Amino acid sequence: MNSRDDKMTSSTAPQTPASQANPAQASNDTRAPVTARSAKFKWPPEASILMVLVGISLFFEALGWYINGQSFIFNAERLQIIILQMSVIGIIAVGVNMVIITSGIDLSSGSVVAATAVVSASLAQVSDFPRAVFPQLTDLPVIWPILAGMTVGMLIGLLNGSLIAFTAIPPFIATLGTMVAARGFAKWFTGGMPVSMLTDDFAWIGSGANPVWIFLSIAVIFHIVLRYTRFGKFTYAIGANRQAARVSGINVNRHLIWIYTIAGLLSGIAGSVTAARAISGQSGMGVMYELDAIAAVVIGGTSLVGGLGRVTGTVIGVLILGVMMSGFTFIRIDAYYQEMVKGAIIVIAVIADQYRNKKRGR
Amino acid sequence: MSDQATMEHPETRAAHAPPASAGAAPLLEIQGIRKGFPGVVALDNVGFKLRAGTVHALMGENGAGKSTLMKIIAGIYIPDQGEITLKGQRVTLKSPIDALSKGIAMIHQELNLMPHMTVAENVWITREPKNAFGFVDHGALYRNTAELFRTLNIDIDPRAEVQTLSVASRQMVEIAKAVSYNSDVLIMDEPTSALTEREVAHLFTIIRSLRAQGKGIIYITHKMNELFEIADEFSVFRDGKYIATKLSTEVTRDDIIKMMVGREITQMFPKQEVPIGEVVLSVRNLGLNGVFRDVSFDIRAGEIVGMAGLVGSGRSNVAETLFGVTPASAGTIHINGEAVRIDTPAKALACGMAFLTEDRKETGCFLALNIQENMDAAVLNQRYVSGGFVQSKQLSTDCIAMAQRLRVKTPNMEEAIQNLSGGNQQKVLVGRWLLTNPKILILDEPTRGIDVGAKAEIHRLVSELASQGVAILMISSEMPEVLGMSDRIVVMHEGHVTGILDRKDADQVSVMDLAAK
Repeated sequence: MNSRDDKMTSSTAPQTPASQANPAQASNDTRAPVTARSAKFKWPPEASILMVLVGISLFFEALGWYINGQSFIFNAERLQIIILQMSVIGIIAVGVNMVIITSGIDLSSGSVVAATAVVSASLAQVSDFPRAVFPQLTDLPVIWPILAGMTVGMLIGLLNGSLIAFTAIPPFIATLGTMVAARGFAKWFTGGMPVSMLTDDFAWIGSGANPVWIFLSIAVIFHIVLRYTRFGKFTYAIGANRQAARVSGINVNRHLIWIYTIAGLLSGIAGSVTAARAISGQSGMGVMYELDAIAAVVIGGTSLVGGLGRVTGTVIGVLILGVMMSGFTFIRIDAYYQEMVKGAIIVIAVIADQYRNKKRGR
Repeated sequence: MSDQATMEHPETRAAHAPPASAGAAPLLEIQGIRKGFPGVVALDNVGFKLRAGTVHALMGENGAGKSTLMKIIAGIYIPDQGEITLKGQRVTLKSPIDALSKGIAMIHQELNLMPHMTVAENVWITREPKNAFGFVDHGALYRNTAELFRTLNIDIDPRAEVQTLSVASRQMVEIAKAVSYNSDVLIMDEPTSALTEREVAHLFTIIRSLRAQGKGIIYITHKMNELFEIADEFSVFRDGKYIATKLSTEVTRDDIIKMMVGREITQMFPKQEVPIGEVVLSVRNLGLNGVFRDVSFDIRAGEIVGMAGLVGSGRSNVAETLFGVTPASAGTIHINGEAVRIDTPAKALACGMAFLTEDRKETGCFLALNIQENMDAAVLNQRYVSGGFVQSKQLSTDCIAMAQRLRVKTPNMEEAIQNLSGGNQQKVLVGRWLLTNPKILILDEPTRGIDVGAKAEIHRLVSELASQGVAILMISSEMPEVLGMSDRIVVMHEGHVTGILDRKDADQVSVMDLAAK
């Protein structure tokens, strides 16, 4: 390539002297050609998080034998419960992960779960229930409550995104507002009463391992979106440097609206799943889910600074959270301690993130 | 060739390096410093001597190790090996505060002032004068600052909030702050990179008076003229190794470049004569409320139009408005004779424009991402995407080809961009825009803060692009660059165009005359 440059400059620019033909510059170019990937094998960033998951599991395994005289991990029923319990958080976390990659935050997820749970449950009631919310709209095909839940979730997400894109308020404040408002909506909608007597079809969504399959499908879809599509690439670019992304021709506002709308949509799906699992929609559902989701995302290696994070990490983060909570119950630690420990874990994860940032920054 | 340069370097030369008052013990002596980072040795057995009452420039391409050495002297990095002797005493510098307390102050390239606090509060931070009750004595604070500024001949209101100051003024505040520590050694890392010529002159006056007071000043710069103007002696580094120390009076510009790059760059501005084509970009009465007005000029295919002016004259604002970052409030833009309305960068890109911004860190690099991801950000709205999915194979091939064409120094495209030197980062960003095949290329300070070698490569590239018919608008504060590269020069002053000079009529004096009107 050096020779090509030489020809170019010396033929078209007689006044350019021999600098380009200089042998030293040629020697400068003898370095190895640029390759797409590093030749050295590098562990994927998820490897260390996976080690943490394994370590925590082994910790509880050892304690399990010591305290309870039985295995913690090799118990199919327990594993099922862990994954089942965490799948709702997992569905939310996939959306929150994208929000955090753009260096934003979504505090409204838990309230969106409540709002969408009550709305979708209200359209899934059986006709022989005398106190249905919409007496004319009972025994509907299961698609309607699901669509209603998704729509409500998307609308709240759209509101979040629009506030963040078109006003100067930070995501923290915008989603704090919708967090309070969505919870209020759920309470008003139900009048404080549970929305119950739901159809079997609707309850089926939350039965067996279905929530797990929903979670995993969503995780796979958004893993592909983030890694292989332009939408994904732009998500990272916006998180890494919003100004530079804009100058690079990325429509940052439109993209952010999409991101928050997707996060709302996923919370909406989580809401329907929650209602289906409980066979009831209640305004008190999903309290603190947003924090569990954020914790899972941060534990999974997504940087709060933006621009970094993968769905695989988030899935492992969700599992870590699930194993911890189940493990504490297993070794009979009080639920109140659990919350304190959870708080500590979130802080530790963020400290680890900052340490990594510092190391990267040299 | 590179042998030739290394042949020159040997110890014989370095041995009688501090030629003038060689008898006096140096103020600061660095010996056998080694510093490694994971995977790279940044400094290898490096040393030099700083004598009191001199300005000692450190020269070298980006990545040569100057900044690392500075950070060691300022206590930011701890060296793996080596000795630091300050005023005859061996010292270890454990932290910046430690270095400061021993009389070594660094003025950072990225300014470290708190924007919402006043000038005086910034200067005396952590050392505020206290009254009898232990509260900050603001009267004394402002008096001390005014006094300090008087001795340095700085004309800045100590009560002004830092955010209201220009970059140049902030630089002065930083220098005053460093001086206020009564430091013997002052480290200046490219202090003039954001200053206009007049401000540079002021800075140099201050540096000379500090020198006269017997302080030792370590001065990092990429600008050759400054070296001859301000430095008494200089040391050259290359690839983490010490090359030589010389008096700035005993060498020529070409000698230094030769030492820095290990090769000769005899022509800094390889401007080619290329046929000038039709008008591509035509700007008429462009304005942005309160910033600039009535800006009119044309750029033809193959033409390089330089834009000169003092900092704050609105040059960069014009560029941002052209590219839709800050949409115009008045005026028209025609591209290839067609009126266009550009109110977002996305539209500018669609019109065939590209914009290399002034601030690599703020509006250029995605620091968390790798080279590949930094390079492909702008082109994905045009190409390499099918059904939303990125065609990564083709994209990767083309990005690698671009990296090689631009001689980005990296083993692979997965390297994080923040591990690259400034010059290589700039090349990656240039690559980002070249991938979009621009018809109009706006370059805002394309060679700011990058080393001589990379600079020459970017100049050659710009020239090559012009020869391919790209219309180029190049903003630069470096007069030789503007004069050397431009076919015509648009000069701005306080938000309007004061003149457009042809290449043949333009020289330092005529441009400055229009810029400082």
